[in-house]
Amino acid sequence: MKLTAYLHSVTAKLFRRAELANEMEEELLSHIQHRADDLERSGLARREAERRARIEFGGQEKFKEESYEALGGNFFDTLLQDVRLSVRVLRKSPGFTLAAAGTLALAIGANSVVFGILNALILRPLNVPRAESLWALERGSDKAINHSYPDYRDLRERNRSFEDLAAYNVTSIGLDTGNHPSASWIFEVTGNYFDALDIQPYLGRFFHASDERGPNSAPYIVLTHAFWHTHFQDDRGVVGRLVQLNKHPFTILGVAPPEFRGTLTFLSPDFWVPLVNQEQVEGANVLNDRANRSLLMLMGHLKAGVTPAQAVADLNSIGTQLEKSYPKEDGQMTFSLTRTGLSGDWLGDPLKGFLAGLMLLSLLILLAACANLGSLFAARAADRSREVALRLALGSKRTRILRTLFTEAVMVSLLGGAAGLWGSVVLLHRLSVWQPLPTAPITVPVNPDAKVYLIALLLALASGFLFGAVPVRQVLRTNPYEVVKLGSSVRVGRRITLRDLLLVAQIAICAVLVTSSLVAVRGLVRSLHTTFGFEPRGATLVETALSMAGYSGDSLPVMQKRMIEALETIPGVKSVGLVDRLPLFYGSNGSNVFSDKTSDLRPANAAAEAALYNISPRYFDAAETVVLTGRTFTWHDDKSSPRVAVVNREFAKRLFGSVTNAVGSYYKMPDGARIQAVGVVEDGKYGSLAEDAQPAMFLPVLQSQSAQASLIVRSSRDQEQLVAAIRSKMHDLDPGLPFTLRTWSQELESALFPSRMATLALGVLGLMGAMLSITGIFGMAAYAVSKRMRELGIRVALGGQRKEVLQAALGRAFKLMAWGSAAGLLLGILASRVLAFIVYQATPRDPVVLAGVVLAMALLGLIATWIPAQRALSIDPVKLLREE
Amino acid sequence: MTDQAQLLPGTLDLLILKAVSLGPLHGYGVLLRIGQISGQALLIEQGALYPALFRLVRQGLLKASWGTSENNRRAKFYELTASGRRRLREETEGWNRLAAAIGSALDAQPEEI
Repeated sequence: MKLTAYLHSVTAKLFRRAELANEMEEELLSHIQHRADDLERSGLARREAERRARIEFGGQEKFKEESYEALGGNFFDTLLQDVRLSVRVLRKSPGFTLAAAGTLALAIGANSVVFGILNALILRPLNVPRAESLWALERGSDKAINHSYPDYRDLRERNRSFEDLAAYNVTSIGLDTGNHPSASWIFEVTGNYFDALDIQPYLGRFFHASDERGPNSAPYIVLTHAFWHTHFQDDRGVVGRLVQLNKHPFTILGVAPPEFRGTLTFLSPDFWVPLVNQEQVEGANVLNDRANRSLLMLMGHLKAGVTPAQAVADLNSIGTQLEKSYPKEDGQMTFSLTRTGLSGDWLGDPLKGFLAGLMLLSLLILLAACANLGSLFAARAADRSREVALRLALGSKRTRILRTLFTEAVMVSLLGGAAGLWGSVVLLHRLSVWQPLPTAPITVPVNPDAKVYLIALLLALASGFLFGAVPVRQVLRTNPYEVVKLGSSVRVGRRITLRDLLLVAQIAICAVLVTSSLVAVRGLVRSLHTTFGFEPRGATLVETALSMAGYSGDSLPVMQKRMIEALETIPGVKSVGLVDRLPLFYGSNGSNVFSDKTSDLRPANAAAEAALYNISPRYFDAAETVVLTGRTFTWHDDKSSPRVAVVNREFAKRLFGSVTNAVGSYYKMPDGARIQAVGVVEDGKYGSLAEDAQPAMFLPVLQSQSAQASLIVRSSRDQEQLVAAIRSKMHDLDPGLPFTLRTWSQELESALFPSRMATLALGVLGLMGAMLSITGIFGMAAYAVSKRMRELGIRVALGGQRKEVLQAALGRAFKLMAWGSAAGLLLGILASRVLAFIVYQATPRDPVVLAGVVLAMALLGLIATWIPAQRALSIDPVKLLREE
Repeated sequence: MTDQAQLLPGTLDLLILKAVSLGPLHGYGVLLRIGQISGQALLIEQGALYPALFRLVRQGLLKASWGTSENNRRAKFYELTASGRRRLREETEGWNRLAAAIGSALDAQPEEI
């Protein structure tokens, strides 16, 4: 009842303003008439009675005003008035409004983009039921997430903490639905995958643990909704249909719901295949090999009431048992838990660090923008001090004036926030459909959600209040009599003002941004010119997956050799090499290696963990890897001859002490096999560009075969002709063999992707920082010049030199800039340490970077002060003094 | 007229509620009624009545409707709502308690201490 009465009263006031005023007028008039009636009855003439009644009533306007206030809702009423006033004021100076809102739009846009990415990749859980209790297992001190299948079985069966443990693996496969086979990215999953995740089919059914009855026993696939939509046109009849996977028949069981895109944030599979059919999918079954940690991830829901710490203790006790039972295969079986989406902390941690860093930098940008706008608003308030003084003199309350100023600031910030948010939403939607890498369907699903909108709104409001607060002291101190008497001349004090501090802070922030982006760019340039240990330019890659065309076992090396020999006959081709997995292609395969004297081959005794590549005899020629000493392989290094290896310099140093000792020496693999090193090659990059020198070994492909194979064709011939020739040769060999062709430089995009993205992001932020500082310095310098016109005029009139005039006009601005730049450079150097984790060789202690920052800041200062300086120099004292 | 008492702060609302509780009244009528029931002993500034009336309507204690007065003029009539009636009862009790307490305090004699 009370609330409705209140609402009624307030809405009437807001929406029926004129009607209400009339009604009030009429009521007061009615009162006076009634009183006049009484007075008339007591004997007064009507006119006199009405006059007396009005006098008795008192100040009508005052009571009307009070009655009006008694209606409530004054907050909204005042707000509405303030908003109307600020819209009028802001529209009167559109340049100021646009500049202010534009500055904020950039800053808030940057923040909401970065937050959108952070939110989507780090904060938002996977789209599965009860995501908060879903964890993935990490192993050992280096937090590996890959595990072997026998270990997985033991962990699943012996643990008492998880409802169920599921495992999966990412791979590609040739899918043939009747036309030609095409490559698809899939998840190979354990039978309990969907049940463990609690996912219900959208169509048909899923496979279950009960479907696993030994190798190749479950020839079923489950489609993702997206793949069903694009490749089967939403045909509900696909359930039960037969398709060919690597020439093996598989039945489509069902379709997953649209919101379930698999268990990796970055990569959504086309369909799911049971892991027990690994031999058909990957060409080999390694599920019984405890040392082969080929499962990408183990994950499961914790049982209700089990804490992560309890689960880790449980897993560790199983790990200890496993270490005892299988000393050769299982070392460091300690566990920790991590979130599932980002394939473990090795990727998640640097990403988190980088995004947190970006978030910090973009908040700094916003802060710089606020400082910028704060000084703009302060300058504006100073220019309007006459208006403020007049309003004060007319009886306005100071709080009311402040309220108006704040309303103005918040209006600007909301305008800027809306524009920034709009831009960022467009950008985020674009990012979400973008596939940055040619080699894998990696996407960055960063569609904005309510949180992003909320953050943008909050940031806009907060920054509005922040820069709106800058002129508060100024207004509170305004003395109306002084200002009206003297005019609005401002005394230029030697004191450091709040505005000066803001400018220094802003320039410092800008210098931080410029420093970090320069460091990143330098790092990127360096990583492009680093030695990879191979030469990507002039090399074309032919990628085949022989298992997709039905090759397996002994037919693999035969076909591989035939392909190499066929491609070598193309005119202009210098050499052709084969490698099972390209260096820098999403990490590397690795194996522990032992010194020849070690007899106890448990992982703890390993001499090193070395990257492992299976290569054909002419791989080093094709890759242009420098052979330091010894020999490379021939086709005679096959299964019937002793096992040999070519190692890199780092491997030779770690196992044999030096390069010269290496040739002819032996080392051991985890399975006890002795291998003789026959040659040494230069070091290269294997897992990532940022890594330190890693040991690596190269084994002859005939001694350890692999279904995965990339052919490297080194040629000086025109790329188009070469591609055509390769196509026809491959077609002649086997028309049903799917393969892809690209240059090695294109391939390397994936390796350069992180540092490229980092550089781009930092570059954009650095540019924004630079723009902000230009406008900030410009505003300050222009204001200083315009305020001191009279003084400068007198200086010129008294014969001041150009240099002196400039010093008087802009000396302060330059001094502040120097301070800000120095502080920013120092901070930037500290901040750049974080960068070193992502950008290769990003070091701030680089003379080029230091000089670059100083130069950039000086240039920015020059650009920003150019126009004010010109204005100061072109002062005509005669004109100026006459006008004043 | 100088022997009229000033209103204590906050008592105007109570008086208005009381006056209206005796029957619907327009603004001037409220004034006359208060004069009548207080024996012309209380001084109320005529215009000050209206902010109070509007406030009471906003609080949902009074409701207002336009009608015709005994002088055959259009006037806005106020009457009590249910919560206005409740408020009047509460405030009356509160006032009585306060008046009694202050009365007995002021009546205190030296020998009673």
